[in-house]
Amino acid sequence: MQATTHTAAHHGAHEAHHHEPSFLQKYVFSTDHKVIGIQYGLTSLGFLLFGFLLMLCMRWQIAHPGETIPVVGKLLGSILRNMDGSLMMPDGKMTYDVYNIFGAMHGTIMVFLAIVPLAFGAFGNYVTPLMIGAPDMAFPRLNMASYHVFLLGGIVMFASFFIPGSAAQSGWTSYSPLATTVTTHGQAYWLVGMVLLITSSLLGAVNFIATIIQLRAPGMTWMRLPFFVWAQFVTGFLLLLAFPPLEAAGIMQLMDNVFGTSFFLPTGLAVGGRIADASGGGSPLLWQHLFWFLAHPEVYVLILPGMGIVAEVIANNTRKSLWGYKSLVFSALAIGFISFIVWAHHMYLTGMGTKISAFFQTTTMIISIPSVIILTCLFISLWGGSIRFTTPMLFALAFLPMFGIGGLTGLPLGFAASDIHLHDTYYVIAHFHYVVAPGTIFALFAGIYYWFPKMTGRMMSEFWGKVHFIGSFIFMNVVFQPMFAQGMAGMIRRMADGGLNYSKISHPDAIGGLDKIYIDLHTVILWGAVGLAISQIPFIVNLFVSIKKGKKVTSDNPWEATTLDWQTPTPPPHGNFTKEPVAHRNPYDYSLPGAAKDFTPQNQP
Amino acid sequence: MDIPYTSKPRPDTGIYNAKVGIWLFLASEVMLFGALFSAYILLRVGAPEGTWVHGMLNIPIGTFNTFVLITSSVTVVLGWAALQLGNFQKYKFYQAITILCALGFMGIKSFEYADKFKHYEVWLKNPVTVMHGDKEVQTNRVLGHIEYDGKHPYFWNTRTLREKGIEGFKFEADPYHYTLSPKELAHAKSVSKGKPHVVLDIKTADVERLSAFVPSHSTYFAVYFTLTALHGLHVLGGALVIFYIWGPGAKMWKSDPLRYTNRVEVSGLFWHFVDLVWIFLFPIIYLL
Repeated sequence: MQATTHTAAHHGAHEAHHHEPSFLQKYVFSTDHKVIGIQYGLTSLGFLLFGFLLMLCMRWQIAHPGETIPVVGKLLGSILRNMDGSLMMPDGKMTYDVYNIFGAMHGTIMVFLAIVPLAFGAFGNYVTPLMIGAPDMAFPRLNMASYHVFLLGGIVMFASFFIPGSAAQSGWTSYSPLATTVTTHGQAYWLVGMVLLITSSLLGAVNFIATIIQLRAPGMTWMRLPFFVWAQFVTGFLLLLAFPPLEAAGIMQLMDNVFGTSFFLPTGLAVGGRIADASGGGSPLLWQHLFWFLAHPEVYVLILPGMGIVAEVIANNTRKSLWGYKSLVFSALAIGFISFIVWAHHMYLTGMGTKISAFFQTTTMIISIPSVIILTCLFISLWGGSIRFTTPMLFALAFLPMFGIGGLTGLPLGFAASDIHLHDTYYVIAHFHYVVAPGTIFALFAGIYYWFPKMTGRMMSEFWGKVHFIGSFIFMNVVFQPMFAQGMAGMIRRMADGGLNYSKISHPDAIGGLDKIYIDLHTVILWGAVGLAISQIPFIVNLFVSIKKGKKVTSDNPWEATTLDWQTPTPPPHGNFTKEPVAHRNPYDYSLPGAAKDFTPQNQP
Repeated sequence: MDIPYTSKPRPDTGIYNAKVGIWLFLASEVMLFGALFSAYILLRVGAPEGTWVHGMLNIPIGTFNTFVLITSSVTVVLGWAALQLGNFQKYKFYQAITILCALGFMGIKSFEYADKFKHYEVWLKNPVTVMHGDKEVQTNRVLGHIEYDGKHPYFWNTRTLREKGIEGFKFEADPYHYTLSPKELAHAKSVSKGKPHVVLDIKTADVERLSAFVPSHSTYFAVYFTLTALHGLHVLGGALVIFYIWGPGAKMWKSDPLRYTNRVEVSGLFWHFVDLVWIFLFPIIYLL
């Protein structure tokens, strides 16, 4: 069956059987995985932009401490209020509290409200059932519920900015006892928001795994699954098993904050010079263990779907099969298992002991092996391909070295000895942003450009896509590359004045004070970030304009891809396939010798 | 295309969708309670001397509640088995017992909770003389009940005394304290049975700290209330689902008996999990 044989008349006949659903049924309370995927996508892109704007304000403050924020300073000044109702920053100058709030919420929003829902919620929802040849997810109503709970969590997080005292300000890691002793109510909102987001992720994970296990089309054996599906499968398990401990920790911290318990408050804790009114006996280290038990697997939740997208785009645009499909699959599984026993490498400096450090250092080095295997397989896949440099492919290609930089710079952090110097410096920021920002976000951009024609029936503009790519690629590096240098020079993160107070500018005679050049790099980073913001304008315009005005696709399979998601009508109707698909072959049968075309779809006998 | 395997098992996996779903969900629940149990172990091992509470819960009532839940686990299986054999009336009967057991469990639990909320510990600045069993002891820490205006108040703490401007209150001291070893504690409880309590006159100025047996009393009660409340929410949720399937949702038995039986099975799996959590909770919180 060729995808191109589906004509418009064919769709019309199919849709005529259904009565027209109302707007609410179609776009708000839809149980269709494709609508839910797009809901997730648009919501999380909105949060991605919002999280980025928070960061722009912070970068201004770091480069120009205590100066009025241009453009939005006055607006922020009129919104953010203290506990007593007075304005937090009436003159538009960022206070240290506001810096902490923005920092905490930037991290939270980017991880839990932007990247995870975009990578897992949006792409996983839209693409996975199509790729495995399923009519929908296994539990459509649960799917709808998980989006609604996610949205509610997002609203709680967003609303917390507007309460007196504003949002949480104890970092996205919310370490106790700081998170409990801060007197504002933002942390309670943060915790309630997190419990909702975790619940949403759990429902989603149950649904994804059950769908992949149960709803694979006839002939779609495990080793015929596209790598994207494997990546989502492993991601599902990570979310399913790593998130509940954070939910438990969140419940306990909520008890600490609301009911005055001492789960994470040690005996003799003094707050503001006085012994805290608490029973004590708790353990701050316990919070860190429970938090990182989630948050390390979370790193792989962020990266695995990205790898899945990149693998699809690379196979399609090199017109050849992925090199080492089985290695990719088993590496993804290995990452899944090992990611549960590396968490304490975030905690070398907590005094948990060298023996435990040695264990986690070993497992951390071990987990780098499957990551390197995946990256190597993707690199080798390029060899000998007739590469099409389409916009999605450019992003996918950029992913490889960017993720490479992010991964390799993680090794010195994984060693307990070198971590002592680098811990909590800008080096760490540069490291994980290389993994997530030019890494995962580039992969997600690749995915958006790649699946956009399937979702809408129209292509996004190639020209503006390339403009978007070049701008993003250059400015991402301008933003994050200098941070390695700053970090190695000893610049600590989370300082509202960007380290000015510890520099030789403020204290010329200070031994070990930061040199002026590292402070000046903040200005470079600021303008890099502004450039990055400007580079996103073509993308945003392109995304929305192309929905109505983009070039119409001439077939259901404009990229000439092999996987089942392209063997459906465009956009796929409710139920996805007009005829039950059967998988007859491997997912990446490109350029088969003797075949009529350079791609042979998976459902072609 | 309709979603396949909603009630018939998929040949290669051997189970239907919802059963995969519930097992996955239970796996995540294991991680949730696993994390809480781990927290319990860590906090207990690291507890400073004399701060870990034990022997303050009513073991006979806890044991009875354990049997209530185990009974419900049996009836949930019997009900499902009856449905498998097509005996709808018998299923209705057994599942009614399940729901009653759930309600009974929650009812008993709420009495236990209320009992704790008016049971106090007071930390005094100067030691007083109280009985521990048949021995007179000098101590700064006394357990017991507050009597004020002829009432036994709930939820008082140090701040309440300050905010209400209370100058002093009567305190019926218990003839034991949890800092005693389990053996001494049991002895003190048995020898003082039926004897009148020592009543202390306590001045607020002499109170270092006052707390009812609420979560903020100590790490032990924090763990006790958090874990049992979370478990209680699971009991309520499970009972609600079982009740819905048993009552308003029972029409499905006529239209789609296979799917209906599956629903009963899936809710039963969840119910067993909830029982299992209690089987772990009971010994670690009541007995150890």
